[in-house]
Amino acid sequence: MYGNAYVENTGNQNSLTAGEDPVKLAEFEARIAAGEKIEPQDWMPKEYRRQLIRMIEQHAHSEIIGSLPEGTWITRAPGFRRKLALMAKVQDEVGHAQLLYSACETLGKSREDMINDLINGKSKYSNIFNYPAVTWADSAVIAWLVDAGAIINQLTNSKGSYGPYCRALDRICAEESFHLKYGHDNVVFLATGTPKQRQMVQEALHRWWPPLMHFFGPSDKISQHTETLMKWKVKMASNDDMRQQFLDMYVPKIWDLGLTVPDPNLKKNESTGKWEYTEPDWEEFKRVINGDGPCNKERLAVRRMAEEKGRWVRNAILKKDAQYVAPLA
Amino acid sequence: MIIKSLDPRITRAGIDDESKDGIQQPMDQWHTYEVFQQKKRGTHHVHVGSLHAPDAELAVLFAKEQYARRGQCVNLWVVKTSDVFTTEYEDEDIFATTPEKKYREPEVYKVMDRIQAYKAKQNT
Ligand SMILES: [Fe+2]
Ligand SMILES: [Fe+2]
Repeated sequence: MYGNAYVENTGNQNSLTAGEDPVKLAEFEARIAAGEKIEPQDWMPKEYRRQLIRMIEQHAHSEIIGSLPEGTWITRAPGFRRKLALMAKVQDEVGHAQLLYSACETLGKSREDMINDLINGKSKYSNIFNYPAVTWADSAVIAWLVDAGAIINQLTNSKGSYGPYCRALDRICAEESFHLKYGHDNVVFLATGTPKQRQMVQEALHRWWPPLMHFFGPSDKISQHTETLMKWKVKMASNDDMRQQFLDMYVPKIWDLGLTVPDPNLKKNESTGKWEYTEPDWEEFKRVINGDGPCNKERLAVRRMAEEKGRWVRNAILKKDAQYVAPLA
Repeated sequence: MIIKSLDPRITRAGIDDESKDGIQQPMDQWHTYEVFQQKKRGTHHVHVGSLHAPDAELAVLFAKEQYARRGQCVNLWVVKTSDVFTTEYEDEDIFATTPEKKYREPEVYKVMDRIQAYKAKQNT
């Protein structure tokens, strides 16, 4: 659910290619199969465009809203060095949103429309950011593990077929390694500190575990729809595969610090090589993503306020005769 | 209702969660610029992406923040997207090098073959 293609329950599962010119469609699919990238001026199926707009836009919103829970701790970060590092990370995340908005605009949706759909609640963003960063340790867990999840998602998507999105993701991934190291450093510092610091980070980890298990979204339904999105390289891996990858890379690191996660059933099945876990509470996931989470209202209200209070600045330097042209690539 | 947050700055801002302000009008985000970055003196400027700005001067400022925050950069160019004239991918074939234009390639000139043949003839 970060930059994730997901299947809508429109009822019409086979309609992704309905009404498309079969010759152009075949050429388009052959080009993708040969590993070529699709550029904004190229012919593309309507559904390819629509699915990408939704996915990239949602990813952009996730970056911008995602900087809010961490931003909570900028003024109270312990020590000047951590304050500077956190500010740099938050700036990176806002920059990621800018890159992604531009990539999405090449598909024909203006940035104004995307911002409006965000503050009206029409577009979604990653559900995990509807939870609060209660302590400094929460911000450490976010920077380490939420960013770890984001990196898995972004590296996967960067192998996709749409040129502008892939290029934005390459830039983004290059910056993420700092976030991950910074987050890990903060978690390790607390986990190897005083009993009180250890307790803080342990409690934060317990708070963030359920939303982390939700992060990649529910298991994908196997449908013709999903198959088409995979063939078009819009969707690059199943949600479960990405979740497995996350568990495989990070659970051993968590356990290594002597920390625990709140799932007694979590273990690696050595014969299948897969992680087993308690099925996450998808009812809660649905409830929160549809608006009823601890911070949904605050996140959108803060975003709306930023647009509202920044308007006079934008207006003061607006060129009256300026004409909008979508970014090139 | 006024938002009460864990973040004291947000609580102090007194934000009404029912407010409907903040809706964007067309062009609120200005028009777009394409950004070209030169990493080292002597190398080419390379297109790195785009951004929104009200004029070229601010576009340079934003480009510095967006594209030159890390790593090497010695120079930036910004160009209004509307001023960039492009070819179409549809016409990609105009760039194809056809076999009859081989005379433009260095490897078709085989002087050594001729020199060696000449020398061989001289020695007989
Ligand atoms: Fe990011
Ligand atoms: Fe990040």
